[in-house]
Amino acid sequence: MAEVYPGVPTVHSSPARWLLAVLAVMLLALSGAQADVARPQIPPARGEQCVEPIEIMRRDHFEFLRHQRDQAMHLGVRALRHSLAGCIDCHASRDAQGQFLPVTAQGQFCQGCHAYTAVKIDCFSCHASVPESLASHAP
Amino acid sequence: MTDSPKARTRREFLGRASTGAALLALAPGVRLVELVAAKGDDQPASALQRWGLLVDVNRCASGCDACVSACVEEHGLTGNDRPESDAQWIRKVDLVDKQSGHELSLPVMCQHCENPPCVDVCPTGASFRRADGIVLVDKHICIGCRYCMMACPYKARSFIHEDVSGQKTHSPRGKGTVEGCTLCVHRIDRDQQPACVVACTGQGHGALVFGDLNERTGPLAGALQAAPNRQLRSDLGLNTGVRYRGL
Repeated sequence: MAEVYPGVPTVHSSPARWLLAVLAVMLLALSGAQADVARPQIPPARGEQCVEPIEIMRRDHFEFLRHQRDQAMHLGVRALRHSLAGCIDCHASRDAQGQFLPVTAQGQFCQGCHAYTAVKIDCFSCHASVPESLASHAP
Repeated sequence: MTDSPKARTRREFLGRASTGAALLALAPGVRLVELVAAKGDDQPASALQRWGLLVDVNRCASGCDACVSACVEEHGLTGNDRPESDAQWIRKVDLVDKQSGHELSLPVMCQHCENPPCVDVCPTGASFRRADGIVLVDKHICIGCRYCMMACPYKARSFIHEDVSGQKTHSPRGKGTVEGCTLCVHRIDRDQQPACVVACTGQGHGALVFGDLNERTGPLAGALQAAPNRQLRSDLGLNTGVRYRGL
């Protein structure tokens, strides 16, 4: 037997009750997200402009990366716009000693957003998470 | 249809004949030399090339492991001081003729076969042969089953058992995947020689010669024409891209 809450109209038909529950959860999620969870603060990038507009990169960056990964791996075409190494070159930030911080460190470029969206990154169990060398990437 | 050696030979002949016909049919003014030049890193690998190595065993010095060190440095092959399981892309093999006592020392790495057994047995397509003959592992789709390690007659592949950190940008490697000599594909794509070849030349030994096996001129072609060479386990019919002289 369903409990009856004061102020909430009781709905007896099961699909309608389910729909109401979903709507309530969505409303809570929307209002809660802005109040309780801080949006990630993305560290500034080095380059002047990203290879694609920001809105497209936010949604489709993995499509670009996956396409280029196959091109580079199987065909050997490496001089493409969307390389993971290119992302890291621009977006890795440095600590007080001038050492690069991994993009997988807490709050850094990749990890900051991926923690916020609760999507695990698997790239960096194999790929380098810092630019190739300090010398070749002077600020 | 069975894939008998005879059938394969006929198919190869027809394939080469059609390639030859295609080359002859090129427009006037197009130089064939351009076709065998190394590709830029914005061009796909082409079957017009087949990258290979010649190991001159007479020049390879016993006790020298410059090629192995260069490989470790180039690809960041960090281990855990466990020689049984640490990754090893090239190893030096010392042979002694029991009858005469004659000693030989030679490097053995992935032989970049034309008919690679590792590719035959791979269940996911992670083990593959690039158009220009380089045999690679696509670690994105490798599931770590290690069939390829069992199939390889040269013991050329390694499995990464433990978490890896500090990888090189050009040489990604991680736990749960198989890896092996890439012939320094990232360098070849930028018109550079493999790291082991550069190191061997730097030591003054010159025991390793890199080049295009399809070419008829150049250092590799010259070295191959100058003296007989052989493939390791040529009885298997794998047509290796790495050849040995003085063995």
